[in-house]
Amino acid sequence: MTEHTQADHPNTIATDDSRKKLLSVRDLKVYFDIFPKGAMPWTKPRKLKAVNGVSFDLYEGETLGVVGESGCGKSTLARAVIRMLPVEGGEVVWLGQDLAPLKDKAMRNHRKDIQMIFQDPLASLNPRMTIGQIIAEPLQTHYPELGKAEVKERVAEMMKTVGLLPNQINRYPHEFSGGQCQRIGIARALVLKPKMIICDEPVSALDVSIQAQVINLLMSLQKKMGLSLIFIAHDLSVVKHISTRIMVLYLGNVMEVADSADIYRQPRHPYTQALISAVPIPDPKIERNKEVILIEGDLPSPINPPSGCVFRTRCPKADAKCAEHKPELVYAQGTHQVACHYHD
Amino acid sequence: MLTHKKTNVEELAENLGNQTPVGRSLWRDAMHRFSRNKAAMAGLVVMLLIVLFAAIGPFVAAWHYSDIDWGLMGNAASAGQPSIENGHYFGVDDLGRDLFARTVQGSQISLLVGTIGALIAVVIGTLYGATAGYFGGRIDSIMMRTVDILMSIPYMLFLILLLVMFGRSILLIFIGIGAISWLEMARIVRGQTLSIKNKEYIEAAVASGVRPFKIVLRHVVPNLLGVVIVYATLLVPQMILTESFISFLGLGVQEPQTSWGALINDGAGTMRYGTLWQLMFPLGFFIATLLSFFFVGDGLRDALDPKDR
Repeated sequence: MTEHTQADHPNTIATDDSRKKLLSVRDLKVYFDIFPKGAMPWTKPRKLKAVNGVSFDLYEGETLGVVGESGCGKSTLARAVIRMLPVEGGEVVWLGQDLAPLKDKAMRNHRKDIQMIFQDPLASLNPRMTIGQIIAEPLQTHYPELGKAEVKERVAEMMKTVGLLPNQINRYPHEFSGGQCQRIGIARALVLKPKMIICDEPVSALDVSIQAQVINLLMSLQKKMGLSLIFIAHDLSVVKHISTRIMVLYLGNVMEVADSADIYRQPRHPYTQALISAVPIPDPKIERNKEVILIEGDLPSPINPPSGCVFRTRCPKADAKCAEHKPELVYAQGTHQVACHYHD
Repeated sequence: MLTHKKTNVEELAENLGNQTPVGRSLWRDAMHRFSRNKAAMAGLVVMLLIVLFAAIGPFVAAWHYSDIDWGLMGNAASAGQPSIENGHYFGVDDLGRDLFARTVQGSQISLLVGTIGALIAVVIGTLYGATAGYFGGRIDSIMMRTVDILMSIPYMLFLILLLVMFGRSILLIFIGIGAISWLEMARIVRGQTLSIKNKEYIEAAVASGVRPFKIVLRHVVPNLLGVVIVYATLLVPQMILTESFISFLGLGVQEPQTSWGALINDGAGTMRYGTLWQLMFPLGFFIATLLSFFFVGDGLRDALDPKDR
């Protein structure tokens, strides 16, 4: 890792030529129209700002963990990046091309490089299709010229790679356990040999022992195929295990972005500090004496977000400046970015 | 003994590794559940018997459905009752025509109207509703408002006007009934599509770049089929009823062809002369068919209901 060499130049954008930048998201905004109850057809809808100006980069072969509490815009961000949701503003630059203004048809060609793994393993598989058909579908969509035998061979190979028996090819999704279903989902995402995979809480529906299996499978596949991952989760220990860098979201805004080890050792944003202090440590002695920072109150409504810093309503350090000026995401040290006026 | 067993187990393990087991699809599960439902199976048997009756009846009948038994013409009430000897198994109608042959012919027409009407409803209604529901937005609004407008036309009036204007023909009845029957199907399918549309496997298909129409055909429609099949089996009797009503009004199929509705109409007209068989045979088939379709439809609904799983 070479990030620390830039420690002397805060506030400059870290450029590192040794790693290829795959994805570069700039000031991404995703708004939803909310019609108040009993609205007339001509009344202007209110905007729900699900993602409000998020910027980040993703380099080749790395894993970017995205964490934040429920409703902070993690999944919305992921879906907007792959254009499953309309983008209100900003850029999504994929290998030098902005995907945000593309028409659906043009976007479809890029989809073979960007795949997705979903939260509910069983619900993400069509119950009327055999798993052979499910895994073969992306192949047949993007390479219609492939013969039946070749498709079957590739599917069988992919099933072996993710740890499924190839003789289960004719079975249906409901005949598999949750962990196996997630393996099928992974096989479907990988069969096109994509460059990037978005994992939308891929393990939160599985129990802990299976979580470990799936995470380790993802990591070994990543190493083998040189994948980049965007890994969304709300379980911080899972994210720590898999991520190279971690991005913390709060109410559609980035709070902090840093290397995984860095952010756990020295969280700089008060929100991240609270999040990390809440992670249970599997040692009763340390756990008992640990200081937990409690955040009061609830997530404010994204329809009517607080002025200035969105976190100020629950922040222990907030003052008048936070209400007036929205803190920019700045380089605190090296590649450690934080959006707070009073960061540590 | 023990070693013998061991080789068996090894053999078994090896075989298990080599063969590709065929999975149990949801359809197979549903068929299994259906076959355990006694009422539905009885309905299915009755239904098949009636279809068989319509199919092989013409070869069994001693008379042609349009031939008049001149000896019985005019004295149907006294001499036209059902009998095996003269070949009139179901008796004769008021004109002395063989009622067995006519019931067979009526069954053919009525079943045809029912199945073709339901088939049109299934094909057009499913594609229309799934398209409207899946694409949503303005397309959905325009398509469904069109359905609303068509539905607000009183369909019986429409059918009668159609038949009066263009003359009575069986083809027009098919067209008329088909044109009406898909409307409700489209509504049901659209509603179902709206719930399927938000499932994660649809999202997965979109994410992997499958074209919208392929998604409708490959992911939406197969998951709708349970509802569609149930509704279609309940639609068949409805179509038969509609045709019967049209025939009852005297606007249905043209003589000498007939249908259950027309036969019941004739039988009801001559009931007071004591020729009860002229009403009872077609009515019996009519009721048996409707009931069997309802039972089969109920059985299918129970078998395909995802909440049962």
